[in-house]
Amino acid sequence: MTDAAGDERSFKGLGVSGGIVLGYAHVLGEQVCTRARGFSSVEEETRVFRAALGAAAAQIEALIAGEDKLAGDILEFQLALLEDDDLLEPVFSRIAGGMACDAAWAAVMDGEIAEYRRGGDDTLAERAADLADLKARVLRVLGGAGAEGGPIRDRSILIAAELTPSAFLGLDWTRLAGVATLGGSPTSHVAILARARGVNLMVGLDAPLDAFTNGTLLLLDPEQGILTLQPDQDAMTKAMGRMAEAAKEGKSAHTLLRRAAVTADGRRVYVLANIDDPDLLGTLWPNICDGVGLARTEFLFQRSLPGEEEQFAFYYRLIGWAGGRPVTIRTLDAGGDKPVPGLTIDGEANPFLGVRGMRLSLARPEIFRVQLRALLRAAALGPLKVMVPMVTVPAELETVRAMMHAELADLERAGAACAMPPLGMMVEVPAAALTAASFAADFYSIGSNDLIQYTMAAARDNASLSPLADPLNPAVLELIRRTVEAAHARGVEVSLCGDMASTPAYIGALLDAGLTALSCAPAQIGPVKLAISRYRPQSGVAPR
Amino acid sequence: MDDRVQDRDWIAASAVILDPTGLHARPAVKLTKLAKTFAAAVEISADHGVGWINAKSPNAVMKLKAGPGLPLHIRAEGEDAAAAVDALVALVERDFHD
Repeated sequence: MTDAAGDERSFKGLGVSGGIVLGYAHVLGEQVCTRARGFSSVEEETRVFRAALGAAAAQIEALIAGEDKLAGDILEFQLALLEDDDLLEPVFSRIAGGMACDAAWAAVMDGEIAEYRRGGDDTLAERAADLADLKARVLRVLGGAGAEGGPIRDRSILIAAELTPSAFLGLDWTRLAGVATLGGSPTSHVAILARARGVNLMVGLDAPLDAFTNGTLLLLDPEQGILTLQPDQDAMTKAMGRMAEAAKEGKSAHTLLRRAAVTADGRRVYVLANIDDPDLLGTLWPNICDGVGLARTEFLFQRSLPGEEEQFAFYYRLIGWAGGRPVTIRTLDAGGDKPVPGLTIDGEANPFLGVRGMRLSLARPEIFRVQLRALLRAAALGPLKVMVPMVTVPAELETVRAMMHAELADLERAGAACAMPPLGMMVEVPAAALTAASFAADFYSIGSNDLIQYTMAAARDNASLSPLADPLNPAVLELIRRTVEAAHARGVEVSLCGDMASTPAYIGALLDAGLTALSCAPAQIGPVKLAISRYRPQSGVAPR
Repeated sequence: MDDRVQDRDWIAASAVILDPTGLHARPAVKLTKLAKTFAAAVEISADHGVGWINAKSPNAVMKLKAGPGLPLHIRAEGEDAAAAVDALVALVERDFHD
């Protein structure tokens, strides 16, 4: 069993995406900067600190320039703080009093962070994380490190308390083996980003950060939700076997990539791609999918409210990329765990049950109309479909349809090229799933992430409830089946675009429920097609 | 500090914050960037009584927690004070759009 005399330790977590991988621990966070500076002179500390501020600002500017709109406002705020004389003054006065610049910066920032957290104001408490991020960035620079935690060796497995979307996007995932975070949940925004890119990710890790030392060998197993520190011979042998198997599977999946997906008993299944970020288009060949089943538009709204032309430009690019394949664009789905500064409503006691998705769009019709106009113009370019998130009652969909007709008439009067696209709805609220047939939707798209959280009453950003948020819970599967039946009865299309469709282990249950169109994370298209190719209906009938 | 402040010739005005999130990160950055383009000392305050804070400090502006639907008070002192107050009022009134 063990010959390394019990150095091996295992920790549990929740697998999000990817498979088993070996790598070296690299702890992201304050451990990186424990090496404190010695005080030299006031002049030298001031000079070094000013240089560090400049270097940190350059890093943030590079992140902002990298089309990283997702966290644009936050990065702009951090950048502004680096030029905040009132904030920096106490740092300089501490330096003048004989403190090393790293200690002075850390002390001032810690005070500010505590103050942000103290107020009991959620918005301010969220910004505390940005201050901590900024504090760590400057300390890393002072520690002689380069961008993003400095020299991270190839094949590293990152260990972090939390990973923000901006930190995630700032890392070079082609060089890294994976990441495990203490916080986070499998349906958070970072999880979606990781899945789209096929990053090996585990969240909700049940371990203290100080259990890890940089450079230690780690075995990350998101499939079984286990992270092993210094795996012993036995564990290594098993892992190697599974990695070889995964490589073979990967090859099988790869060979299936460009083929139409067909089940083992010969049924055609349409596999579409989820697009959350225009950057993905440059890395993907459209011929690996049957179209786009879910194009998110939240990224357009991250920095400021986009105009009609800016939105139209993205829709134009997307439809061109798809080359005649159908493209389904979802109208803005802000709120819940996806706040948009200046648009979503802060301070709601329960944002997941609040003014989010199309509820927010209807509350801000002047903003919604701009998106509808851009979509109506894009519909003239190719096979576009439009869907609305968080629809709960039929009247909401009719309001949207009426708004679209009004904008269409207006565009036509102005002589603009435009068309009325099929208007569908996301089915993610149990009320909508139970009464799907009563909606005049041109198609249905089941959003499994929200459907699960609302059915199981388990918030998707709460890691401790993850076991309850089971996609295979009979209640969830029943709602999916009912939606499929309603679609069949009404003779309209139905697909599923949540994370369930990106997880090979759930494909069988979805096909059992009668679905024949799935929209998944681009990196999962191969594995999902492989799972489809192995599927045979169980005794020919979907379980009831 | 208050005594010193009262000796100065402030030009003041107010504008209601329309943005439903209040002085959030994006508006806070815009406001401080604009304030910094003026030589005048520029300060803001909200009705909940934290007092006047430096409008050129994003950290201080953030901590002011100026809420939506409430007036933001703006004052400036110095050569281009009148222009600074006008510009900041206009920014708040157009809901921080460009």
